[in-house]
Amino acid sequence: MLWGAFIMNIAPDVGWTAYVPLSGPQFSPGHRADIWAQMITFTEVSALAAAVVLVATILKARAPGMTLARMPLFAWAMLVTAVMIMFAITAVALCSSMLISDRMIGTAFFNASEHGDALLWQHIFWFFGHPEVYIIFIPATGFVSQIIETFCRRPVFGHSVVVLALTSTGILAFGLWVHHMFATGLPRVGYSFYTAASMSVSVPTGLQIFCWLATIWDGRPRFEVPMLYVVAFIFTFVIGGLTGVMIAAVPLDLQLHDTYFIVAHLHYVLIGGAVFPLLGAITYWFPKVTGRMLDQILGKIGFWLVFLGFQITFFPMHWMGLLGMPRRVYTYPPGLGLELPNQLSTIGSFVLGAGVVLFVVNLAFSLYKGAVAGPNPWGAASLEWLTSSPPPVYNFEHIPVVESDTPLWDVEGAIPVVSGLRVDDKEMLLTTVMEAIPDLREPVPEPSLWPFIAAIATGIVFVCSIFSPWSIPVGAIPIAIALTAWFWPKTMKRFAEPVIS
Amino acid sequence: MILEPRFKTDVAGLPSFKFGPSSLTWWGILGYMVIEGAAFALTFAAYFFLMSHEAGWPPEGRRAPDILAGTLFTIVILASEIPNTAIKKAARKGDVAAIRSLMPVMVVVGVILMIIRGFEFNSLNCLWTDNAYGSIIWALLFLHTVHILTDWFDTIVLWALIRTPLAYEGRRQVDVDENSLYWRYVWLLWIPIYLMIYWVPRL
Repeated sequence: MLWGAFIMNIAPDVGWTAYVPLSGPQFSPGHRADIWAQMITFTEVSALAAAVVLVATILKARAPGMTLARMPLFAWAMLVTAVMIMFAITAVALCSSMLISDRMIGTAFFNASEHGDALLWQHIFWFFGHPEVYIIFIPATGFVSQIIETFCRRPVFGHSVVVLALTSTGILAFGLWVHHMFATGLPRVGYSFYTAASMSVSVPTGLQIFCWLATIWDGRPRFEVPMLYVVAFIFTFVIGGLTGVMIAAVPLDLQLHDTYFIVAHLHYVLIGGAVFPLLGAITYWFPKVTGRMLDQILGKIGFWLVFLGFQITFFPMHWMGLLGMPRRVYTYPPGLGLELPNQLSTIGSFVLGAGVVLFVVNLAFSLYKGAVAGPNPWGAASLEWLTSSPPPVYNFEHIPVVESDTPLWDVEGAIPVVSGLRVDDKEMLLTTVMEAIPDLREPVPEPSLWPFIAAIATGIVFVCSIFSPWSIPVGAIPIAIALTAWFWPKTMKRFAEPVIS
Repeated sequence: MILEPRFKTDVAGLPSFKFGPSSLTWWGILGYMVIEGAAFALTFAAYFFLMSHEAGWPPEGRRAPDILAGTLFTIVILASEIPNTAIKKAARKGDVAAIRSLMPVMVVVGVILMIIRGFEFNSLNCLWTDNAYGSIIWALLFLHTVHILTDWFDTIVLWALIRTPLAYEGRRQVDVDENSLYWRYVWLLWIPIYLMIYWVPRL
C-alpha cells in the first residue's frame, strides 16, 4: 500500500513521525495521512501477533535440556525483542488510531482548541519510537553473538552478562523516549532525568561490546565475511554510541537538534548496529537456507565497498552538523565550508550503493552457482547446523536433546535425541519454561486455509478503514467468521495411539 | 543429520494437554493480555496527561457522568466471577455436564452487561466530539466494550463447541479454562476504568 501510494502520488506526506497538527484533519485533508495511520496499525497488528508467537515458542517449544541459561543468545535477543514489541508497538497502534479518529470521527485528542494536546502525540509516538530503535538493534546483537561464537570457536564470554545486558537494554529503552522531545520545552527535572536515563543505556551496551571483544581476544578468530561484518559493526557502532552519549546532554542536543550530526549519529547506530550485522547474518545463514555458500571473493569486495562507502558517506556528516547544516534539506549556501563534506558524502553513497548491489548480485549468483554447503560449513555449535542444508520441512528426524551450551562441539559420536513421539500423526514436543524438561506432546492441528482467509479479511478491512470508519464494525464480521472456523476443531475421528511393545 | 542419533529421552508417557502455564495457548493468551494491558495503560496515561493540563475535570464546567448505570455494570461484572470460577473449576475437573450447564449463564451475563453498557454510553453527559475529555472517556469505555463483545462472542463459540462430543477432549476443557481466565482479566481491567470515568471527575 505504501509503495503503491508513492507511484500514484497519493502517499502520506507528513514525515515518518507524522506529528500533529501537521498530520491532523486541519492541515492534511485528503487520505494521505489516513493511509499512514491505517497501514501502520495494520503492520503493527501483524507484528504483535508475531511477537506473541515468538514468546510462546521460545518459552515452550525449546529442545529438551536447553534451559534458559543454555539458550543461544540469538534466541534470547529475539525473546527480548518480542517482549519489547508487545509494549512499544501497542503505543504506535494506539496513537495512530487516535490520529485517525481525530481525522475521521471528530475526536479531539490532539486538537489544542478543544482541550487536546499536540504533545500527547509526541509522548505516545516516542514511547514507541525510541524502543523501536532497540527493536531493530537487539536482534542484531543476537546475530553478532552467534557469528562471534562460531568464528572465534569459543562460547561467547559472559553468556549471562550478555543476557542481562540485553534485558536491561530492553527495559531502559522505555525510560528515555523524552530525549526525542528535548526541544519541546520540558520541566528542568525532566531534562536531567532523561539525560541520565539516556546515558545509562550505554552501560549494558558497553558491557556487551566488552564481552564480544573478550570472546575475540580469547578465541581464534577466522576473518571470513560474516566475521568481517561483525568487526565493522563493533567499530561503527561504538562511534555511534559515543555520539549518542554526547547528544544525551541537553545543551549539546539543543545545539545539534535537527542537524546532520543527528543524521550521522542515527546512521552509525542503525546501519552500523543493525544493517552490518544483518548482512553478516545473511552471509552466515545463507548456506543453511539454500544449501549453497555465498561467493567469498565477491563477498569480501562487497564488504569493503559497503564498509568504506558507509564511512565516507556518513563520517563527514558529523562535521557538517557541527557547522550547522540542518537535516532534511539537501541544498546549502556556498562558502560555508559545506562543499567538501557534502561532495565526500555523495561519493561515499555511490560506493556504498555499489557494495549493496554487489551483495545482491552475490546472492543471485550463489543461489545457482555457489559451492554446496553441507550441513555445517562453518563448524558452528548451535543446533540448526545439525540438520541438512536446506533443512527438510520437519527440520529434524529426531528432536535433539541438549546437554551443554555449545551442543555440536560437545557431543562425541552420537547426538542424544528424543524418542516416543507418535509416528502416525503430527505432534509437537512442549517443554517447561525454565528447565526445558519435556512436558507435553501437543497434537498439531491439520493444515487449514482459514488463517489465510482471516489474513485477507483483515487486510481488506484495514484498507477500507482508510476511507470509512464503518468498515471496522462491518469488517469485524468476516474476520470473526474466519477466526471461528480456524479455531473450530476439524476432525471428529480420533484414532487410538498404536502401542509398540 | 550429521551425527548418528542416540535415543536418550523417552517422552511416550507424556500427556497431550495440561492446564495453566504448561499449555502453549495459556502463553498466547498471556501475551495478548500484556498487549491489551499496555494499550489500556497508555490510554490511562493519556487521560491523566490531558487532565493535568486542565483547571477543571471535566473541563468547561460540564457535568461528570451519571453514576447509576456504571455502578450497576460494576456490580454485575464482579458478580459474574462466581459462575466464571465455577466453570473454571468444572473445566479443571473435566466435568463436562457442569460446563454445559454453566456456559449459558455466562452468555446471558454478557447480554445483560451489553444492555447496561448501552445506558452507560448514554449517561456520560458528553460526546466524543465535544472535546478531548469527551474523546478520552469515550475511548476508555469503547475499548472496554470491545473486550466485553469479543469475550461474549468467544463464550458463545465455546458453548457451541462444548455441546458437541468434542467437549470430552481434554484440550477443549483447557480452552474453557483459558476463556475463564481471560474473563477475569476483562473485569479486572474494568475496575480502574470505572474509577477514571465516574469517580476521578468527581474529585
